[in-house]
Amino acid sequence: MLEIKQLVKKYHTGDLAVNGVDLKVEKGQVMALIGPSGAGKSTLIRCVNRLEKATSGEIWLNGENIVKMRSGKLRRARRNMGMIFQEYALVERLTVMENVLSGRLGYVGFWRSFLRKFPQSDINAAFGLLEKVGLDTMVNKRADELSGGQRQRVGIARALIQKPDILLVDEPTASLDPKTSRQIMRLITELCEENKLAAIINIHDVALAQMYAERIVGLREGSIVYDGPPDDLKPDVLTEIYGKEDWTAVRKRKPKIKKSIEEDSTTEEHLEEMQ
Amino acid sequence: MTDIPTNPPDTEVSGQQTSTFTANWSPPPFIKNPLLRWALLLGLILYLFLSIGSLDVNWQRIYVGLDRGAKFVNGFMNPNFAGRWTDISEGMIESLIMTVTSTAIGIAISIPIGFGAARNLAPLPVYLFCRGIIALSRSFQEIIVAILFVAIFGFGPLAGVLTLSFATIGFLSKLLAEDIESIDKSQAEAVQATGSAWWQWLNYGIQPQVMPRLIGLSLYRLDINFRESAVVGLVGAGGIGATLNTAFDRYEYDTAAAILILIIGIVMLSEYISGYIRAGVQ
Amino acid sequence: MAETLSSATKVWQYRSRNKQLLSWFIWLIGTALFMYCWQRVSESTTWFFVWDAPRIAADIGSRMMPPRWSYINELWGPLWDTLNIATIGTMMAIVMAVPIAFLAARNTSPSTRFIRPLALLIIVSSRSINSLIWSLLLVSIIGPGVVAGIVAISLRSIGFIAKLLYEAIEEIDKNQVEAVTASGANSLQILIYGIVPQILPAFAGISVFRWDINIRESTVLGLVGAGGIGLQLNASLNVLAWPQVTLILILILLAVIFSEWISAKVRHAII
Repeated sequence: MLEIKQLVKKYHTGDLAVNGVDLKVEKGQVMALIGPSGAGKSTLIRCVNRLEKATSGEIWLNGENIVKMRSGKLRRARRNMGMIFQEYALVERLTVMENVLSGRLGYVGFWRSFLRKFPQSDINAAFGLLEKVGLDTMVNKRADELSGGQRQRVGIARALIQKPDILLVDEPTASLDPKTSRQIMRLITELCEENKLAAIINIHDVALAQMYAERIVGLREGSIVYDGPPDDLKPDVLTEIYGKEDWTAVRKRKPKIKKSIEEDSTTEEHLEEMQ
Repeated sequence: MTDIPTNPPDTEVSGQQTSTFTANWSPPPFIKNPLLRWALLLGLILYLFLSIGSLDVNWQRIYVGLDRGAKFVNGFMNPNFAGRWTDISEGMIESLIMTVTSTAIGIAISIPIGFGAARNLAPLPVYLFCRGIIALSRSFQEIIVAILFVAIFGFGPLAGVLTLSFATIGFLSKLLAEDIESIDKSQAEAVQATGSAWWQWLNYGIQPQVMPRLIGLSLYRLDINFRESAVVGLVGAGGIGATLNTAFDRYEYDTAAAILILIIGIVMLSEYISGYIRAGVQ
Repeated sequence: MAETLSSATKVWQYRSRNKQLLSWFIWLIGTALFMYCWQRVSESTTWFFVWDAPRIAADIGSRMMPPRWSYINELWGPLWDTLNIATIGTMMAIVMAVPIAFLAARNTSPSTRFIRPLALLIIVSSRSINSLIWSLLLVSIIGPGVVAGIVAISLRSIGFIAKLLYEAIEEIDKNQVEAVTASGANSLQILIYGIVPQILPAFAGISVFRWDINIRESTVLGLVGAGGIGLQLNASLNVLAWPQVTLILILILLAVIFSEWISAKVRHAII
């Protein structure tokens, strides 16, 4: 579904952020992208929806090359890619509802969006998603009144209301505490499974990556050095990606998601939190 | 490295004994380079000497003038609103009308120019053009522009309105452009990533971030334009300025004081109101 | 806000009905006000002149070119005067504005009931009256000349400097002041060690900023007789000597560029 061919991104300063990456993501596949800071993970995802312009290479989404697209087609392509940002990137002064609805901007004309007269189907979808992420009581709160975890959930709802084919997730848990991080990762992977969404999740926490993703890609200095299941992430592989370190603290992957919810002792709290 | 005072050789640095340092300390000077410091200081003293020396103070005249000054203070204590009320009220209303009109027109023109002068929004030629307009607007004092506009458009409040609108552009567009250039990029990026069109991006990604400041600046400009509208009348561009000038010419200090008190009062009122509005918009 | 649960669908409105009505109402009033004001302005305008304006503008434009460069010899003196009016005026204003600012700031004012409102009143009065009007007043009282200009500039600048300064004083970091207080310092020492260092950069920036503005304002005070290059401007306009006017405007422009450059450099160095 998404195919990246020989992607190269070189900055004006000469920094080579992405160095000839080849990657294929199948429909419905949740993939984690790990690697040290500066490895090119963020740049790679941002090249996919052209927030950064790639220097060379091809990115094929559903049979069309994103790198060469003109603005009209690019907008339509972007509708199909939901992005979730590291620092949530909500429009702070707008309400939760407006932020979620802004995900439909690619589908709605200017005047409707200006007057905030979105079609009822969009509004229904918004309410549904907000309920799903547990924020249906905060519909008209301003975004800057929310906590970090709440904001990230709004960001997730915004990405999903686009009804995308793929989620591009840039360090979703970087600014969150350990418990909230797990809730967010669980939410993302559950939603992906429900909606058969593919996802590229840029994450620096290797343990979380192993727990929630079915495929891990390790990036180092702009090139892929590992591509395989989480279980094969042995210490020597990690050394290759990150450099020498004591890797014994990294947890092994838990079996399939469904089971882990039943086994997870924090489920009760998880349900309460979502109130 | 040589500045660190070293231990005198016969002292031990241990838990029991404390070492004794003898060294002088004075706070570091404000300007580090001693040459520059002295040059500036000498330059300042020289300048003061020359400038005050060149002042041609007619102490005699000032002494006589103090008498008039007392008359003015007297006039301030008993301001005369009634005497020339029609002139005063007409002038004040005209000033207020000019303020409203020029601020409205000014805001309307400043917004597109402000957007065009923001480097992160506008292509280079548009950017340079808008910055050029802003520079032109800011270069000249309102009164000079008023004189020019009166010569071109004739006496009356229209010249004043045009003057103040033009001045508003320089102020509002510049500050708006600076605000736009310092927005949080990620908020705008997120809106862009959903596949929105340019106008939608402006409306959802940029506008919410700059709106509060824009409203605050517009209210501030309203205040400034009112104060300026009292001045452009001096050269025939409408407003209370003409009445004020006449009062001074005739040494009618009580009338002049009345006008000044009215101006101060309206400015105070507008400060109050704009404080409320700004708090509400936050 | 506006969410109603009707059998199956949830409805969402951007603004509640009341807010929407209020919003429309405000726009209506605003537009009506503007239309009224515009009509009044229009009534007082001789539109015949306005339609003639491009022709007149072109006429004046042609008369203004080329500038009478020889006139510049008569302008050096007034230019020097203008510089002095601005500089000495700003200095005097600083001396008076600093105490007023401390009296007006909530955290340093000795009495918030009596002295603070009084200080605020002085500030508002000072800034409500344009320096040109102050000049009118002073020329009427102590006669034309540079002194009237200096006093006018300083009277206007007190309000500007004191306002920005007291806002800076109110925004200082209380922790730093607390620390100095905790060491047992008296009020004056707290002022000097705790407060002054925090506002010094702002103070320098404000002073230079006002000096820059004052240079612009000083150039026109002469129009009412308060000295400086404005006197020449007034004289030239009275005899319709447009080439001289052009030269004066060029000089004013250069003075403004010069003062902005200095002001930007100093404020940059402070930050």
